[in-house]
Amino acid sequence: MDGAAHTSETGTTTQREAIIKVRGLRNQFGPQVVHDQLDLDVWRGEVLGIVGGSGTGKSVLLRTIVGLNRPAAGSIEVLGVDVVNASQAERGPVEQRWGVAFQDGALFSSLTVLQNVMAPMREHLNMSTRLMKELAELKISLVGLPPLACDKLPSELSGGMRKRAALARALALDPEIVFLDEPTAGLDPIGAAAYDELIRELQRALGLTVFMVTHDLDSLYAICDRIAVLAEKKVLVDGPIEGMTEVDHPWVKEYFTGPRARAAQLKTGKGPETGGE
Amino acid sequence: MSAPTLTMEGSDNGAVLHLAGRFLTQSLGSVEKAFADVSVGTGALRIDMSRVDGMDTGGAWLISDLMRRQEATGGQVALESVAPAFEALIETVRAADPHEHFDEAPPRSFRGFLEMTGKGVVNGWHDTVSLFSFFGETLAALFGTLVRPWNLRAASLFSHMQDAGFNAIPIVGLMGFLIGVVLAFQGATQLQQFGAEVFVVELIAISIMRELGVLLTAIIVAGRSGSAFTASVGSMKVQEEVDAMRTLGLNPIDVLVLPRVLALLITLPILVFICVITGLFGGALMSWINLDITPGMFMTRLQDTTDVKHLIVGLVKAPFFAVMIGVIACWQAFQVKGSATSVGQRTTTSVVQAIFMVIALDALFSIFFAQMGI
Repeated sequence: MDGAAHTSETGTTTQREAIIKVRGLRNQFGPQVVHDQLDLDVWRGEVLGIVGGSGTGKSVLLRTIVGLNRPAAGSIEVLGVDVVNASQAERGPVEQRWGVAFQDGALFSSLTVLQNVMAPMREHLNMSTRLMKELAELKISLVGLPPLACDKLPSELSGGMRKRAALARALALDPEIVFLDEPTAGLDPIGAAAYDELIRELQRALGLTVFMVTHDLDSLYAICDRIAVLAEKKVLVDGPIEGMTEVDHPWVKEYFTGPRARAAQLKTGKGPETGGE
Repeated sequence: MSAPTLTMEGSDNGAVLHLAGRFLTQSLGSVEKAFADVSVGTGALRIDMSRVDGMDTGGAWLISDLMRRQEATGGQVALESVAPAFEALIETVRAADPHEHFDEAPPRSFRGFLEMTGKGVVNGWHDTVSLFSFFGETLAALFGTLVRPWNLRAASLFSHMQDAGFNAIPIVGLMGFLIGVVLAFQGATQLQQFGAEVFVVELIAISIMRELGVLLTAIIVAGRSGSAFTASVGSMKVQEEVDAMRTLGLNPIDVLVLPRVLALLITLPILVFICVITGLFGGALMSWINLDITPGMFMTRLQDTTDVKHLIVGLVKAPFFAVMIGVIACWQAFQVKGSATSVGQRTTTSVVQAIFMVIALDALFSIFFAQMGI
């Protein structure tokens, strides 16, 4: 918990701190088991991408970690607090140290963008409204929205702007961890690339830990330090993207060596083939 | 957790501001005022950050804001012994400074009031035109269906008849019964003073058949089904389902509006009839208990003195009210824009408007029937 502003650590660092620790997680809806014996560590300062086929419970995992879904078994530790069994009083401070940006923004539709970003501040911070407004404007500007957007209702924004506004709200309390659910889904390639770049920049500048559920191979190549693949009800494999093509599992193989993966890889020059030449 | 502190120190070559502690968003409330109080002069200000051991964008904002103010007044400002990470963060924040801050809610003035009034009038006019054209579209669709009845969405029609009609029977019946009871009770106390208890039969029958039955049933249906229509179709509008229909070559008026309006058109008269019957039943029961008018006597008197035209006058109004409620509810639903809030507002407006229009229309009918001597 040393201030913000430290650069991202990649897998090479020896001393890494698990900011989120999931052990033996089991999620079940009726007879349908989504996760079983799932273990996952998220290191401080990394960008972790969660991938997996449809229905493998990527969003469920995110929702479970942030406490929107109660697991059937297992433990989840965030910033050293057991969030599954903690009382509301113990959870409160931890909740203020993470921010969540939902897929379609989930902005409060009756509030303007500025009021949306100020909403968590009003609730949790003890400062003047003027400073709150300034900080909210700063956050909105940090995510690349024009000052004009402050006054708009979410329904008046485009999909990409809504996602940016949602990120601004997630950053409102200067969290240490940011959860992103499909951040680039539904954006055009240019918008998606810009959003990737934005996440990377903010992550570096503010020293964030980013937990992101995504399908976007371009984002995986461009900004993720590490990738965790969900399959067969657990984290099948995790590691940097370069190692993913070596994994001997049909789904993983198809995902990371398919035509789209190759295209994404060529763009960033990060893959094993291009690296070797 | 060391709280953030500021210490100002004057020295020969300009002032030095010593910062210490952790400048995190959570704890900024305590230093906000201290930052604002730092006197900004034209001299040089040095900010000593050697003892700062934590900072996030909130803290960086306060520092960069101070720097900006100092520079704006022509002073000089420099950061001293600042950790590279903090310096980078301050740079990021300075780069992102929105510069222009927008002002909320323009000040109210007489001009603003005039502007608002004008907008209100223009919007009101547009709404009226839009409502009439929507009514016209619905009528056109209705005639289209009369010509080609096989185009009618029967499943949808019956489902709405069930929701808006059949399921409303208990509440409408209960309401009618209670109205009958109340009329008998209130009428009895007044009429007893003249020894004219027996006229309570006419009082109940005429008032329920002509006015109260149809008016109150229409109000219940407006509140119950009108709101449901606006909310459900309005939500579809928000989800772009209505637009999807148009692109698929389906006319939303045919698919969404007509079955609902027709369902009300068919069921409202039936509901009114049920309301009248239960009302008479309640009235008869209360007259029996309170005034010793036996049900037999009540029936005889009803048949002898109350003309059937009163019932017909009531029932004739029902289809007009039904169309009014259905068209207003669906029109309001089509006016929904964007968000969930809009659905809520439109639903409220829909119910208020429908009830108001029903009462206004009822008043027109009263004048009409009085003039015609019916």
